[in-house]
Amino acid sequence: MENNKTQVIVVGGGPAGISAAITIAKAGKEVILIERGNFSGSKNMFGGAIYTQPTKEIFPEFEQSAPIERNNVKHNYTILTEEESTTITYRDNTEHSNSYTVIRSKFDRWMSEEAKKAGVILVTQTVVRELIVENKKVVGVKTELEDYYADIVILADGVNSLLAKQIGLRKDYNPKDVALGVKEVIKIGKEKINERFNLKDDEGCITEIFGYPMLGQLGLGFMYTNKDTVTLGLGITLSELVEHKVKPYELLDRVKEHKTIASLIEGGELIEYSAHLIPEGGYKNVPKLYDDGVMIVGDGAGLVNNLHWEGTNLAMMSGKFAGETAVIAIDKNDFSKKILSLYKKKLDKSFVMKDLKSYKDLMPIMHQNSKSFLNYYLRKINKFFKMFIETDSVPKRNKFHRFIFETLTERNPFALLKDGTHIIRLLWGILK
Amino acid sequence: MNIDDRLAKVKYVNDEESHLKVNQEDCKKCKLKMCTYICPANVYEWNENENKIIVNYENCLECGACRIACSAKSLEWQYPKGTSGVTYKYG
Repeated sequence: MENNKTQVIVVGGGPAGISAAITIAKAGKEVILIERGNFSGSKNMFGGAIYTQPTKEIFPEFEQSAPIERNNVKHNYTILTEEESTTITYRDNTEHSNSYTVIRSKFDRWMSEEAKKAGVILVTQTVVRELIVENKKVVGVKTELEDYYADIVILADGVNSLLAKQIGLRKDYNPKDVALGVKEVIKIGKEKINERFNLKDDEGCITEIFGYPMLGQLGLGFMYTNKDTVTLGLGITLSELVEHKVKPYELLDRVKEHKTIASLIEGGELIEYSAHLIPEGGYKNVPKLYDDGVMIVGDGAGLVNNLHWEGTNLAMMSGKFAGETAVIAIDKNDFSKKILSLYKKKLDKSFVMKDLKSYKDLMPIMHQNSKSFLNYYLRKINKFFKMFIETDSVPKRNKFHRFIFETLTERNPFALLKDGTHIIRLLWGILK
Repeated sequence: MNIDDRLAKVKYVNDEESHLKVNQEDCKKCKLKMCTYICPANVYEWNENENKIIVNYENCLECGACRIACSAKSLEWQYPKGTSGVTYKYG
């Protein structure tokens, strides 16, 4: 690199940044990837699974050499109330793989090694403190030690993206637009995991946990099986923690103590605790995605589909699109926002923006209805099954009548009607 | 499980200087003191005797929740230096 100048600098060595950098390097252009941690993945945390098809878009052969934990064949939806739970399980017994659990410090590091093989120059342990802006165009980055210059800077600096804020691509978050995730990695052993989760060999299981300590709040628990560990955590909207003045790890304690969960992790040893933010503002919170000499990708751009627990896949695709756009800009020797707007066009045409748009009303409606959708109805589901299975010499018809009567009186008909219209509005927004 | 047992499992490299800077004047006036609740690493503690916020920055998990929750918006929040802070092994 002459005079500290290169063609593209990517800030942040996570899935989005690596995907951008590798796309650019494979097209034969110069790219430097700057990671603040000791290595890629050392500052990252997520629930637990990467998606097979989107990952193949960047790394077609990853299943052969990437450090993957388990192939998720089972997906549980578990609804907890204080003393009960209802679980629905979907299981795929074909050879198809939808997702694999991975450990980020291994998987992201592997991705960064692949990027290096493709010609990406990886610089670790380096924090970009500021973007260098000249004549309203981003022309480089200031690190703790040196200034580096580039034709294009791609911001893949994660959910907090202070750099996007610096140049006014986005405003600060409101506590209702981010979720705080906390998780524990618990060592249990392969055999026990297979036994407890009814799995064979490297089959894996994802569990989404609704309710109990977060009844009525916008938060969900999650559990993933790794090779010999289980990750158990929760994500809760920051505004809920603010409103209820509750510590996130105390909520996690209560999830762990619930009998339905406790038996799964019994005797396990905590080997790591971690925390991370998740951008949950959705479509309406997507920032300005590009400007002269700069594009923003991944979590920094708020690209998360929280209902489907998708984030790394959107990160990878956005990185790929930004990378492709950078290559075109370099070929045309034009780094203006006019050329870089191609990045947004690619995103808009893809599932990334289409999905965010489909779900644009989800969070506002959930914020409005969390007390009914995530408390009343969750309790009602458990109550229904309790009523349905209980054998107590009361005629079934009487029990059904009582259940219907209670449903209509506990929550008045107007509230039920309102809930119904909100659900229809939500579904219409998604399906229209 | 208490938070110290959890944090004992996290690998950190400490920096001598805090990457989190609070404005004690704002903290004194702040009624909510949200940082003392929401932080997943319990970095912030209100010391009644000294009338100030204690910042255990060496426990920080670098999530950024405090920055967003701070109602005074006066928290100076930066990432730790490239060689310091948290290193996850199982993220």
